[in-house]
Amino acid sequence: MAKKVALLQGNEACAHGAVYAGCTFFGGYPITPSTEVAEVMSVELPKIGGAFIQMEDEIAAMASILGGALTGAKAMTATSGPGMSLKQELLGYACIAEIPCVIINVMRGGPSTGMPTGPSQSDVLQARWGTHGDHPAIALAPSSCQEIFSETVRAFNLAEKYRMPVQVVFDEIVGHMRERIEFPEPGELEIIDRTEPTVAPEDYKPYDTQFGDVAPLAAFGSEYRYHVTGLNKAEDGFPTTKAELVDAEQRRQIRKIEDARADIESNEEYQTEDAEVIVLAYGSTARSGRYAVDRLREEGVKAGLFRPITLWPFPEKRVQELAKQTKGIIVPEMNLGQMVLEVERVVARDCAVELIGRVDGEPITPTQIMDKVKEVL
Amino acid sequence: MAYDYEKNIRPGKLPHIWCPGCGHGIAMKGLIRAMDTCGLDKNNTAMVSGIGCASRLPGYMDYCTLHTAHGRAAAFATGIKMAKPEMNVICVGGDGDGVAIGGNHFIHACRRNIDMTYVVFNNYIYGMTGGQFSPTTPTGDKASTTPYGNPDPTFDISKLAIGAGATFVARTTAFHATQIDKLIVQGIKHKGMAVIEVLDDCPTTYGRRNRFRSVVDMMKRLKDIAVPVAAAGKMSPEQLEGKVLTGVLHQEDRPEYCEQYTEVIKRAQAQSE
Repeated sequence: MAKKVALLQGNEACAHGAVYAGCTFFGGYPITPSTEVAEVMSVELPKIGGAFIQMEDEIAAMASILGGALTGAKAMTATSGPGMSLKQELLGYACIAEIPCVIINVMRGGPSTGMPTGPSQSDVLQARWGTHGDHPAIALAPSSCQEIFSETVRAFNLAEKYRMPVQVVFDEIVGHMRERIEFPEPGELEIIDRTEPTVAPEDYKPYDTQFGDVAPLAAFGSEYRYHVTGLNKAEDGFPTTKAELVDAEQRRQIRKIEDARADIESNEEYQTEDAEVIVLAYGSTARSGRYAVDRLREEGVKAGLFRPITLWPFPEKRVQELAKQTKGIIVPEMNLGQMVLEVERVVARDCAVELIGRVDGEPITPTQIMDKVKEVL
Repeated sequence: MAYDYEKNIRPGKLPHIWCPGCGHGIAMKGLIRAMDTCGLDKNNTAMVSGIGCASRLPGYMDYCTLHTAHGRAAAFATGIKMAKPEMNVICVGGDGDGVAIGGNHFIHACRRNIDMTYVVFNNYIYGMTGGQFSPTTPTGDKASTTPYGNPDPTFDISKLAIGAGATFVARTTAFHATQIDKLIVQGIKHKGMAVIEVLDDCPTTYGRRNRFRSVVDMMKRLKDIAVPVAAAGKMSPEQLEGKVLTGVLHQEDRPEYCEQYTEVIKRAQAQSE
């Protein structure tokens, strides 16, 4: 049987990807340019007996998905710049309490109200460091509508597997453009559910390290009763200020992601094998990057594209390897230099690193990238 | 009647953090008696709080307990209830948590008339942070951030809840200990958003800065200002000056939110067939 095909906006593809992944709870708040995600969820979730709720504000939307997730539901919210700023408080809560959930951030210009309908990539460092305190982060950056679908599915998988919030960040261009989407058949994409406890209820500890760095998570309303808090806590979930326990908990949370880099990282490489110059780009900018690489190759310039799909954790090992074989890395991004800082950090002095920053609400063009490549060579 | 407090409390979690003379313990005992009376299934009951002295309460209770961020109890609780409507949901928190930083969530939970019970421990102050004025601190009173007297007008939490659409609203005080559980029982049994405001005292950060020499003085005040709703009708406006009404202040039948959403699901499924 032929696959179901549709012409969908990135935002719409995101919502359909969420439903495919098993999302049954969405808490939202209207904000441009992410609103279509909520709109589609409001159509689709009641059809499958799930719950859509439009909350009173962005913070409440984030709170609602954490409450929903604790009952065992796969839960998601969607927002954009100013909304993401508001959600930082409870993003931190999701981190410390280790509650799986997915947050979609369709990036627009900023700071503050900025340019609501203009594309941007200026929330990529916020995705890593936006909420206070030390914490791990997973952020995925798809660059096509089909990939928004599949990366939303992967975001749920990673959230459930590693018991933490996962952000999917894409710019307004990808969010609002329409492309042909092939709906995967049920079972075609892997779906991961959270690990539930098997111990006796009286032995259950929500952060039990005997199961490794990710403890099984019981659902509220099951036979397991436990405590959840935003305070630093011990394995039993109750608050502690004991230095050694706080230290162990904090380090475990970072470690659970550091040790799983191979599972979480994902990149696309295009013509990087012999590249003398590499364009490192993500989201819609990578599409300009790929076009630029093709044109440069036609002109005899050995250019390649490295596209991190997982922005956080940043694929530092691979970027370090590439830096040793190339003369320069060009980082085009719709901000004034965010991921380029991470590239500079990991590359050190192995090759030149050049930023193409753009914040006028217009996309970075292939010509801009080609010009910069020629400048570096 | 003897109540079984022990079976509701997590072993080893007491003593609580509250100061000697704090009314929260009285209110907590009332809440336990109410939950015990209603025979709530511990596995199927979530207790949700925000941040502050009162918000530490769920940690002591042997239920599914969620100590959220400052002000966010009602919003987390809404998520729980929407995702699992069969669960009983009880929120607990203070005045600053509930109607200052959490005010937006509080009023919208009332508006939706979602089936939960929200018990507000109103001690007129931010106690945990050392006694800053809250939206319920009486005008003119002293707090650590109103050293020259509080210039702010006050919120009446019960009126706020009624105005926002809660379908069961009741008020009592820590002095009227036995009324606490009776009102909470009614709130738990009510289908829809039930708000029970318990006026209590913070001798440590509020009483000592104001006119109260002792906890007994603070309890006497709670006794003196309380006027049962039934008695208020026979009193003149002059006699009611400075008093607060206690008992069931408001009760109505209005569609409950999760039931309304069940209808949404039915309509969506009918349309997609």
